[in-house]
Amino acid sequence: MPSDPGPVSGGGEGIVPWASPMIGAPPPSLKPGGPADAPFVAAPDAAGGVLPPPGDAASAIPAGGEARHTGSIYRLIFRVFLENKLAVLGLALVILMVLFCFVGPLLYHAQVFSATYNIELPPGAGHPLGTDGNGVDVLGELMVAGQNSLEVGLVAAALATSIGVIWGAIAGFFGGVIDAVMMRIVDVLLSVPILVLLIVLAVIYSPGKWTICLIIGFVAWQVPSRLVRGETLSLRTREYVQAVRVMGGGGRRIVLRHIIPNAIGTIIVNATFQVADAILFLAALGFLGLGLHFPQSDWGSMLSGGSTYMEVGAWWLIIPAGSCIVIVVVAFNFIGDALRDSLEVRLQQR
Amino acid sequence: MTGYIIRRLLQAIIVVLGVMLFVFVIYHLEPAYIMARAIVGPRASPAQIQAVIQANAFNKPFYDQFWRELQNYATLNFGHSYQRNAPVSTLIAENLPRTGLLVGTATVFALLIAIPLGVFQTVRRNKPSDYVLTSLAFIFYSMPPYVLGPVLVIYLAIKVHVFTPIVPTNYSVAQLATDWRAMTLPVLTLAAVTVASFSRYMRSSMMDALTEDYVRTARAKGAGRGRVLFRHAFRNALIPIVTLLGLSLPNIAGGAVLTETVFNYPGMGYLTTTAAEQFDLALVLGTTVVFAILVVVGNLLADILYAVLDPRIRYAK
Repeated sequence: MPSDPGPVSGGGEGIVPWASPMIGAPPPSLKPGGPADAPFVAAPDAAGGVLPPPGDAASAIPAGGEARHTGSIYRLIFRVFLENKLAVLGLALVILMVLFCFVGPLLYHAQVFSATYNIELPPGAGHPLGTDGNGVDVLGELMVAGQNSLEVGLVAAALATSIGVIWGAIAGFFGGVIDAVMMRIVDVLLSVPILVLLIVLAVIYSPGKWTICLIIGFVAWQVPSRLVRGETLSLRTREYVQAVRVMGGGGRRIVLRHIIPNAIGTIIVNATFQVADAILFLAALGFLGLGLHFPQSDWGSMLSGGSTYMEVGAWWLIIPAGSCIVIVVVAFNFIGDALRDSLEVRLQQR
Repeated sequence: MTGYIIRRLLQAIIVVLGVMLFVFVIYHLEPAYIMARAIVGPRASPAQIQAVIQANAFNKPFYDQFWRELQNYATLNFGHSYQRNAPVSTLIAENLPRTGLLVGTATVFALLIAIPLGVFQTVRRNKPSDYVLTSLAFIFYSMPPYVLGPVLVIYLAIKVHVFTPIVPTNYSVAQLATDWRAMTLPVLTLAAVTVASFSRYMRSSMMDALTEDYVRTARAKGAGRGRVLFRHAFRNALIPIVTLLGLSLPNIAGGAVLTETVFNYPGMGYLTTTAAEQFDLALVLGTTVVFAILVVVGNLLADILYAVLDPRIRYAK
């Protein structure tokens, strides 16, 4: 029976449930054959996706050939990716939303300033999706707000991933006391509901757009750090790492040039889910009224404004912005899932 | 086992202390007069602000303040919320049971749906119904409470008057528990994400269990399809679900914060959000620590339950 790709994955205000079983020291019996347990990319990576069994590959590949191998694995990922219908659908949805947000405003000129008689109009002529409580055209707002949501999502995810990768690689590489201390810090941060941390930080720093990226990046890096630490623990015993050591390569070189590139599969998969998460975090802050300041807006802030009017049944203030969030998050989850399949399951068969 | 529990308890204490330190540091990065003004209000005179700084020892060194706070917490004195003019412990005691009711009901409800759903999907795997349910799981999984909640309110409480749109804030636990018209929508909203993720967990856990040797043995001995599925695979597939439940506690708590805000539900999440907005340090610290304790204890219970359920598990030392 083919192994199942694993539970649904991805975002949802820090839900990341798929990551939970894999992170840190997994509870003992998740180990035998758990879906999250696939030993993973190291093998296909070392094999460069060319040589079949990881055993031979590790010994057959000389330590120098890295650039070529990374190139070929990206091609392989790309090919496997295109074979996955959900992944293509996810990618198409993301492209569609990017076009909608960034090209849309060039084609659709919303009447932003409007008189009071324009307030809270249901969808109709002139305003395809109605207007909100300030008389702003919802469709136009959706595009502009989406720019913020997408930008913050990408930047915050990149930040969280970078922090997590560096943290995890250092902890895993040095091991011992350093590892223990660094990972306890991660444990502490993981056992506060992330949203509560986010609220506390957002209230204190009353953030602008880029500060919000920093804050989200700061609360969301623990999961990648655990994943990368786990990878590093297994990678640092590899022959090519030993070879670098013998040749006099220092810790920084080993981590940056050898360990992180070989853990890149895990990192990319997780980064994709991080984007979905970050978009949801921003939306949650926006919904709580702690997000971007007026006149800046994001999909969550739009929902916050809309939920004030939900008692009068103003569905057009909820459903469009809500659908945008759900579509983007679903799309990134599809992509992440497909990437994980292609990196973990399919590549191992080759 | 006892040794393991003791070690885990120590770990849990460290985690809770770390969380306290973290929140404390974040708040104390602000200058003392801002913290004082948050207590006495923006129109206080400099002399009044000085008095508050003195009274709360905001001008003492940081470690000194933290040590005092620790001593207070050790004696279950969580401080006073000036904005609400009530002891923090009273506020938490009032709100925690209400959140417990919401989270408990939603989680039990979600598991009652998700587990049969996962089994059903395993039986029907790779058939149209499986794909439909998987797609639905993906969509509900990506739908945060602040999207689902208002949609449910608009269509089930406003357009059709089946449920009440918001929860009365002065309700006691008993009143909440008996008022299904007020409780249904918050419970559904919070449960949706859990149903989506746990039906997927259950599906893959069942699929894994079906590949185990004992299932093959059971089949070889002529056990029927239903017997293999429920007596052999199902019971083993439930075991990882316990751990996953423990691990997803922080997220369920996060979901509760948002759900409570959508429905004005008078619970811990609502308390935390408003306290953070009002810069009410004592209350934020208190609620965050309570959240951390609950999550840590939940994880601990999940781990212990896990060992009880699965006799193969032996914790080292």
